[in-house]
Amino acid sequence: MNEHIRILVVGNGMVGHYFVQELVKRHPDLSAAKLEVTVLGEEPRPAYDRVHLSSFFSGSTAEDLSLVEPGFYDRPGLELRLNARASSIDRIQHTVTLTDGSTLAYDKLVLATGSVPFVPGVAGRDRENCFVYRTIEDLEAMTAAGTKAKSGVVVGGGLLGLECAKALCDMGLETHVVEFAPRLMAVQVDEAGGQVLRSKIESLGVHVHTNRNTTAIVDGATARHRMVFFDETWLETDMIVFSAGIRPRDELARDSGLAIGARGGIAIDDFSRSSDHDIYAIGECASWNGEMFGLVAPGYDMARTACAHLFGETASTFQGADMSTKLKLMGVDVASVGDAHGKTPGCRSFHYLDELRQIYKKIVVSEDNKTLLGAVLIGNADEFGTLQQMALNAMPLPDNPEFLILPASDGKEKPGLGVDALPDSAVLCSCNNVSKGAIGEAVAAGACSIGEIKACTKAGTACGGCVPLVTQVMKAEMRKHGMAVNNHLCEHFPYSRQELYHIVRVEQIRTFDELLAKHGKGLGCDICKPTAASVLASCWNDFILKKDLASLQDSNDYFLGNIQKDGSYSVVPRMPGGEVTPDGLIAIGQIAKKYSLYTKVTGGARVDMFGARVEQLPNIWEELIAAGFESGHAYGKSLRTVKSCVGSTWCRYGVDDSVGLAVQLENRYKGLRAPHKIKFGVSGCTRECAEAQGKDVGIIATENGWNLYVCGNGGMKPRHAELLASDLNKEDLIKMIDRFLMFYIRTADRLQRTSTWRDNLEGGLDYLKDVVIHDSLDLGAELEAQMQHVVDNYQDEWKTAVTDPEVRKRFRSFVNSTVGDNNIVFVSEREQMRPATPEEKRLEKTIPILALVD
Amino acid sequence: MNQLQHTTIPSTTGTWQSVCALDEIWPNTGVCALVNGRQIAIFRMKNDDLYAIDNHDPHSGANVLSRGLIGDLAGEPVVASPIYKHHYQLRTGVCVEDADTALNRYAVELRESTVWVQA
Repeated sequence: MNEHIRILVVGNGMVGHYFVQELVKRHPDLSAAKLEVTVLGEEPRPAYDRVHLSSFFSGSTAEDLSLVEPGFYDRPGLELRLNARASSIDRIQHTVTLTDGSTLAYDKLVLATGSVPFVPGVAGRDRENCFVYRTIEDLEAMTAAGTKAKSGVVVGGGLLGLECAKALCDMGLETHVVEFAPRLMAVQVDEAGGQVLRSKIESLGVHVHTNRNTTAIVDGATARHRMVFFDETWLETDMIVFSAGIRPRDELARDSGLAIGARGGIAIDDFSRSSDHDIYAIGECASWNGEMFGLVAPGYDMARTACAHLFGETASTFQGADMSTKLKLMGVDVASVGDAHGKTPGCRSFHYLDELRQIYKKIVVSEDNKTLLGAVLIGNADEFGTLQQMALNAMPLPDNPEFLILPASDGKEKPGLGVDALPDSAVLCSCNNVSKGAIGEAVAAGACSIGEIKACTKAGTACGGCVPLVTQVMKAEMRKHGMAVNNHLCEHFPYSRQELYHIVRVEQIRTFDELLAKHGKGLGCDICKPTAASVLASCWNDFILKKDLASLQDSNDYFLGNIQKDGSYSVVPRMPGGEVTPDGLIAIGQIAKKYSLYTKVTGGARVDMFGARVEQLPNIWEELIAAGFESGHAYGKSLRTVKSCVGSTWCRYGVDDSVGLAVQLENRYKGLRAPHKIKFGVSGCTRECAEAQGKDVGIIATENGWNLYVCGNGGMKPRHAELLASDLNKEDLIKMIDRFLMFYIRTADRLQRTSTWRDNLEGGLDYLKDVVIHDSLDLGAELEAQMQHVVDNYQDEWKTAVTDPEVRKRFRSFVNSTVGDNNIVFVSEREQMRPATPEEKRLEKTIPILALVD
Repeated sequence: MNQLQHTTIPSTTGTWQSVCALDEIWPNTGVCALVNGRQIAIFRMKNDDLYAIDNHDPHSGANVLSRGLIGDLAGEPVVASPIYKHHYQLRTGVCVEDADTALNRYAVELRESTVWVQA
């Protein structure tokens, strides 16, 4: 007798793999725990993320999709056999026979065989270039066929079918969706919702055919296939993808005499056990109470339950699942909650339809008007989180439930959910299974912005639908902990930066004293003064060292240079697009040499000159200005650089002139002050040598214009920029950047980079697109005009500073002496100078500092 | 208001020396004066009150406090170091974030329109 317990897992899909992960979580050393686990996978690769399968078309590789950490299956007591398929179960002998004839013995058997795509019994369905949409191999075959096809048809207008249609669209095929039912997504969406969804999808260029039953597929006249429908009409196409639902793979179970659910699937109890108690079934192959679950979350739930039960724990049971869904199909929000079709006896529904914006919303409430039973949201699913929680937790409805789905009218807040009424166990983020309790713990541990909550709990990082709700919970939790939930800038102003910006604009305030007198108190501080300085500069773009503005400027702006640890400054002349003439370089070299400055090429493709004392700055600038340079604003919370690759002018791969555009953009936005620094990148082709997707604003040349990416970041917390608009001409590109930047300047917090601003922006990228591209707030012209004002009022700050005698006089170490600060001391290293360390200063192992140059 | 709140409490004594015309210090800013070899930061508040403390910021080791932003924290006038943003009370020289650190304070006066410091 084998003293180890032999566990055989049939199936290495998402749920099968999850089950093994659960085992390993309990017993990292399976062998030591006397477990012998064998896993059979019929595909050539281990488990991968089937939920995000369509991302394969947008460039994800099989490796990107893999769910298996390298080495996971290489542990004692665990064996994964790929390309291995079970053909029968002998329940009496406790063995499973494989298609290759070999036999494996088990003590406990776990069936995670998943499902197969349902292909309707249409004559001709086996023809070439007819596919299903399930595995990476299916997708590879579709991609190969797609390159030779002009048109494609998806049979099935459900969730997967529409995802598949998007893939065909992206391949550039004329795309059709053929649906048997009278509407798209018939399971999740009602009649009116299906209409809105249909027109949205049609507006994207997809042809939708509903009420169409295919009777045969034959040779076409103009394309490879002709699909003939029941009414003798037909449609010709080069390729066909069947995505008409799934069927559980229960044949192993059937053949071995296990109980089967009424509609198929291996019947299981609350512990995920089949009718044979040594056999479990989990995932899409299982049927619980006659119901099957085509989502991954219930599958995971079954896996957890089965694993717990295997170890004798009976506390956790499978109790069905919430099948609410929210997703984005071809850019269209689609959500459904609970009883979306209003099948509950006596229920009533409320509908909202906006044909202009193509938004449809419906809620279903109980007969007594007290609880929410279900909802459908198309075109905009902002309320999904709230509605789902209300339905799941049977929370009391507000008096006028219709306001839950009506757009908020001016000044009135939508009725939210009393979040305090939510139990700690309520799952707010279903994508990442984050409960209300977990948000509370994160707040207790110090997270107090939605960005921090996302970082430490992962809530809201997948589909993002729960972000508004998570924000509400976070604020409520903060209040509970007595944390101030106010966004006041500092003790001197009871306003947020955004509110102050608004005040400055509306009241045309031009000085800090006026702002403080009207709206603040005290003297101000090192928080509100630079913030006000930035806001004033963003609005009016006056010279920042004017007498009434100079005293507001932070460390670097205060002397238009970057203060270093020893109190010396660095000087960075602007080199738009990183372009510089040999004469320019020579001049910089000569000036650096003359003033004994340390020089270094920066990450922003320009030259930084370090070690200038404050009294040297105007002289250095004067010489730089004479050589044709101006301030690079390296010291400002403002536009820094527009990095560029060399572009089509020189590069044999270049598609467009990236340097030319970079120079133009840098000259347009130079001197623009913002809540934080702003970096641009422009790449001349998709090779992306300028790393534009790591910048606040990134632009990449395409065959048809320019793609605009926004809100990327390198640095401490890298963030990939997101595509805001594609194939823009230069004029529209500049318009979009104007709007984007001004909208950021208007709404961001102090010292908030575009990446963090975006992470905290309610409504996310779609909202940003609405505002910037679709002008949903009707702000476009205003934002453009405000930007133009800044552009028109640009001045070279260095030039203004050196030519105004009173300003220039400020640049001195001592008000009563012309000597320099003798604490600024340099030593030599790698043939340049650097600041002496305190130790070196003590030892006087120094090189003499230069006398003041005049 | 008590008189002390608007004057530096000197921690050193020495000779009085004229430093500059008041006009040379822009309102709400500071300058640095070299007085008997010491670097002294002199601040001119909005109401022309004057404060004088060491220019040396012990937390960064740099002579920079005269270039810091001035304002108040809970009504107490302070300067924020431009390097690591430590706040020093202008009346007492005490560092707000590190009460064990205190800077020297100097007597400062306006005579006619000239600023005088005792160091």
